[in-house]
Amino acid sequence: MTTLDSSKEIQKNNSEVNETHEDFRMFGLITFLIADGMTFAGFFAAYLTYKAVNPLPDGAIYELELPIPTLNTILLLVSSATFHKAGKALLKDKNSDSQKWLFFTAFLGIIFLICQLFEYFHLPFGLTDNLFASTFYALTGFHGLHVTLGTLMILIIAWQSRINGGRLTSRNMFPLEAVELYWHFVDGIWVVLFIILYLL
Amino acid sequence: MTISIDPQKTNNESLQPKGWLRYFSFSLDHKVIGIQYLVCGFLFYLIGGTLASAIRIELASPMSDFMPRDVYNQVLTLHGTIMIFLWIVPVVNGAFGNYLIPFYVGARDMAFPRLNAVAFWLIPPSGLMLVASYFVEGAAQAGWTAYPPLSITTPQSGQIIWILSVLLLGGSSIFGGINFIATIIKLRRPGLKLMQLPMYCWAMLGTSLLVVLSTPVLAGTLILLSFDIIANTGFFNPVLGGNVVVYQHLFWFYSHPAVYIMVLPAFGLVSEILPVHARKPLFGYTTMVFSIMGIVVLGLVVWAHHMFTSGTPPWMRLFFTIATAFIAVPTGIKFFNWVATLWGGKISINSAMLFSCGFIINFVFGGITGVALAQVPFDIHVHDTYFVVAHFHYIVYGGTVFIIFSSIYHWFPKVIGKMLNEKLGILHFIITFIGFNLCFAPQHWLGLNGMPRRVAEYDPQFQFVNQISSLGALLMAISTIPFLINVFLSVRNGKNAGDNPWNALTPEWLTSSPPPVENWEGEAPLVEEPYGYGKEISEQK
Amino acid sequence: MLNKKIYLILIISLVFAISFWIGFNVNLLPAEASINAPIYDELFKILFIIGLIIFIGMTIAVIYSLFMFRKRNDQIGDGIALEGNLSLEIVWTIIPSIIVLLIGLYSYNIYDRMGGMKELNHNHEMMSSNTEKIWAGISQTSDNEIAINNLSIEVSAMQFAFLFNYPKGNFISGELHVPVDQKVSMRMESKDVIHAFWVPEFRIKQDIIPGQPTILNFTPTKVGKYPIICAELCGPYHGGMRASIIVEEESDYNEWFNKNKKPEVNL
Ligand code: HEA
Ligand code: HEA
Ligand code: CUA
Ligand SMILES: [Cu+2]
Repeated sequence: MTTLDSSKEIQKNNSEVNETHEDFRMFGLITFLIADGMTFAGFFAAYLTYKAVNPLPDGAIYELELPIPTLNTILLLVSSATFHKAGKALLKDKNSDSQKWLFFTAFLGIIFLICQLFEYFHLPFGLTDNLFASTFYALTGFHGLHVTLGTLMILIIAWQSRINGGRLTSRNMFPLEAVELYWHFVDGIWVVLFIILYLL
Repeated sequence: MTISIDPQKTNNESLQPKGWLRYFSFSLDHKVIGIQYLVCGFLFYLIGGTLASAIRIELASPMSDFMPRDVYNQVLTLHGTIMIFLWIVPVVNGAFGNYLIPFYVGARDMAFPRLNAVAFWLIPPSGLMLVASYFVEGAAQAGWTAYPPLSITTPQSGQIIWILSVLLLGGSSIFGGINFIATIIKLRRPGLKLMQLPMYCWAMLGTSLLVVLSTPVLAGTLILLSFDIIANTGFFNPVLGGNVVVYQHLFWFYSHPAVYIMVLPAFGLVSEILPVHARKPLFGYTTMVFSIMGIVVLGLVVWAHHMFTSGTPPWMRLFFTIATAFIAVPTGIKFFNWVATLWGGKISINSAMLFSCGFIINFVFGGITGVALAQVPFDIHVHDTYFVVAHFHYIVYGGTVFIIFSSIYHWFPKVIGKMLNEKLGILHFIITFIGFNLCFAPQHWLGLNGMPRRVAEYDPQFQFVNQISSLGALLMAISTIPFLINVFLSVRNGKNAGDNPWNALTPEWLTSSPPPVENWEGEAPLVEEPYGYGKEISEQK
Repeated sequence: MLNKKIYLILIISLVFAISFWIGFNVNLLPAEASINAPIYDELFKILFIIGLIIFIGMTIAVIYSLFMFRKRNDQIGDGIALEGNLSLEIVWTIIPSIIVLLIGLYSYNIYDRMGGMKELNHNHEMMSSNTEKIWAGISQTSDNEIAINNLSIEVSAMQFAFLFNYPKGNFISGELHVPVDQKVSMRMESKDVIHAFWVPEFRIKQDIIPGQPTILNFTPTKVGKYPIICAELCGPYHGGMRASIIVEEESDYNEWFNKNKKPEVNL
């Protein structure tokens, strides 16, 4: 099948299974993730500049504890692995296995968010306390938004994979692959964020 | 969503809204979307132009007498924002990109038709919201650059609406960019090589890369700014320990590339128009491609030339001077190539050609003042004066808007199937060209001699020159009239154009005019030489 | 063929001649009243001439081709199938590169002569003894030179006025008085939004930024009264935010200074 025909196909039926589409839908998603990554890059750049040129005023509190974010890092890394498992299971037509792994991944995502909220409530500074506090909340909050979105999408595809021959099958892997890529991306951003915000 | 076309039924014409009605629907057809972009953009151009006229009326006298001072600031903010985000960017990218790119790559539609329609339908509401913000508490009044702390301290509702609207428009532009990249890279007809694509594809590829890489940064910045306004954080608020210059860096990281987002597609369009009317191949295809990519790369690393008088350290000023000035090299290559394309041709002097040549002359002028501005010591004197206003109007109006008109004259027969009236077209060109130069050339002098920009009142010694400029603006407003008459008359009873009135070789002309729903009746033709003019003749010899 | 070359050379020299003539005879700039101004005008002249040559050259080329290669009524068919010419393309890549490089180096030199590349950190009288972080500006001189005369001025800008604080005389003025031919050093900070200090006759400008002090040094050379213009949008009355700088003979300046001077406040 030629690419030309596939362009016609996709107009005709968006949800229909067709291998040749995946290619450029995935391509579009990657482009989008690059764009999204640039938003984070902007935030990071701002944070690093602040750090370099705007020293904390006397008496300002900006202390971060490491245990929770470290746990969160591990959670996300594990969740990336479990997501991968889900994909493998689906490829072998083991839909219920795949679904289990997906739910587990979503569960890890939720734990991550809970830990994040827990950290927020126990930090000694609030959103408007100082520049670094604000930047900290903006960055982690924006990332948390991504995790929330990702978790929701995982739940949706988990729901879709519930039956053999349903909307998400080994022949229509695209939704899973797309969400997986997104999830790895969110993961990667977290690692960068963890290094820049907590370790530097 | 009024009437939506199911993608399954695109082939079934009876289910589509008929005639002009489909332009008000959530259509997935790239040609319909292209026209939607163009008409919507043009309406906003009229609004932005009306605001510009208000500016010029106010400035016809040295006192602030035509409107209150804060309204003046709102007017110039809206003028800048509308012209950039609702006229130039959507039209040179969205309108022409949507209409032409699928033809050029030999596809039946864009890669993501739905995303495409969404991208367009984000524009009218955010534009209307922006205009309507005037009636709430007053529109945003911190200039289109929205520098904090001013943007934090002026009335908040207007600024927030401005931010929201620019965010939506940015989103629209990112969706468009993703779509163009995917279409150009992935949807090419089998057998069509990258280096055989018409130049506009390359221009759009470069532009879309810039869109995807830089627009998100603007989005992030504006989100931070809105936090400063709503949630009382202090990212850019010095009272709370923030740093106002960081905003400027982030803002210009987008907004400098944005100027190439406004002009690279125009470069592409002119590369399509000149060869057709000069009956010659585009000169130096390969160097053109490289210079586009060169502009993309350089364009990402020159942003701080807008900040020479802000808090930037000396070494930074120096680096940005050199990097900025070097953009003249790839840009120059393109201009020399265009002149070489004209050289030795058989040039039809028509409206499309005249607007394109007007573009070359105006843009070279604006580009040269740009290179002067890039020199730190030069810029220190004229920064934030009318010299800068003159520089960029020479480029955005004398450059991009001229090309938009040129393209309308060139592709109107394709879209409608009828010719535009040449006499009215040439009249339009003459008035526009004179009015434009009369309006903006004197502004260079104003800036050099001490008139800052964004002022409603000025030193009386500048009154005469300002009046000349206002006269020019009046001429520009008048010049729209023959254009509009021309379009209305020609749509109703213009001369029949036939399928290919210009005998052009680029793929969009190889189908009927106006084109059928999926662009080609049969298979898309493989156009290996979109600029192969003069080939048969030399072979016959 | 030879004929063509002669014409080409003739036209090019004509373009050069016209550009140089305009460059030297058309003055687009206001009076020169500081030592920066003549340096600036030198740069301006060069840029103006180069710009004119390129602009006139390109315009002639476009209009000439429109005229010479226009399609006559009886003509049919296409132009020559010329798709490129490598050596020509290399030439017009290299020549502009050299031009912009030379312009860049030259303007670096100009900037250096204006004082733009000087160390910014700056020990100001009224500040505590530790050096304060200065974010940007144009420095033209070492601090000691300024310290010996009284010309350290603190500028504060606010919506919509400039205030000039003369620490040595312990008074604040709304007008800036300076003696001619002496170096002046200003430390500037804004109280609210960003403003800018611009004196067109001096060819200097520097933003005045809240939270980030900047400095601006200059040496006036001509007695007279010049406008100080705020050049950064700062609110509705931005256009009205102006002040005057009065450059006067040293004796006049001293008289003015002594008249306004207030006795030191005892702590
Ligand atoms: C489409 C829009 C567009 C484009 C393409 C450009 C192109 C360029 N611009 Fe412009 N610019 C703006 C829109 C644009 N600009 C706007 C909107 C602002 C103001 C923003 C605001 O503050 O509101 C601005 C402001 C602006 C500034 C800041 C001024 C200030 O605020 O103090 C500077 C400074 O360096 C600058 C430089 C340049 C340069 C060097 C180019 C170059 O790309 C030009 C290159 C082209 C040529 C040089 C001509 C062709 C070349 C030749 C014929 C070759 C031979 C030439 C030489 C060897 C010199 N621009
Ligand atoms: C990007 C595109 C663009 C375009 C096309 C224009 C077009 C014009 N601009 Fe604009 N301008 C900007 C972008 C643009 N501008 C920007 C970014 C700024 C900076 C804003 C800022 O500082 O923040 C600016 C600022 C700016 C200023 C400086 C304001 C100031 O600093 O105080 C001036 C002053 O002369 C001006 C004038 C004009 C004029 C006369 C036109 C003319 O070319 C317009 C011609 C068009 C018309 C006159 C419309 C014709 C139609 C009618 C009038 C018909 C009537 C209406 C109906 C039928 C509904 N512009
Ligand atoms: Cu202060 Cu403008
Ligand atoms: Cu720029």
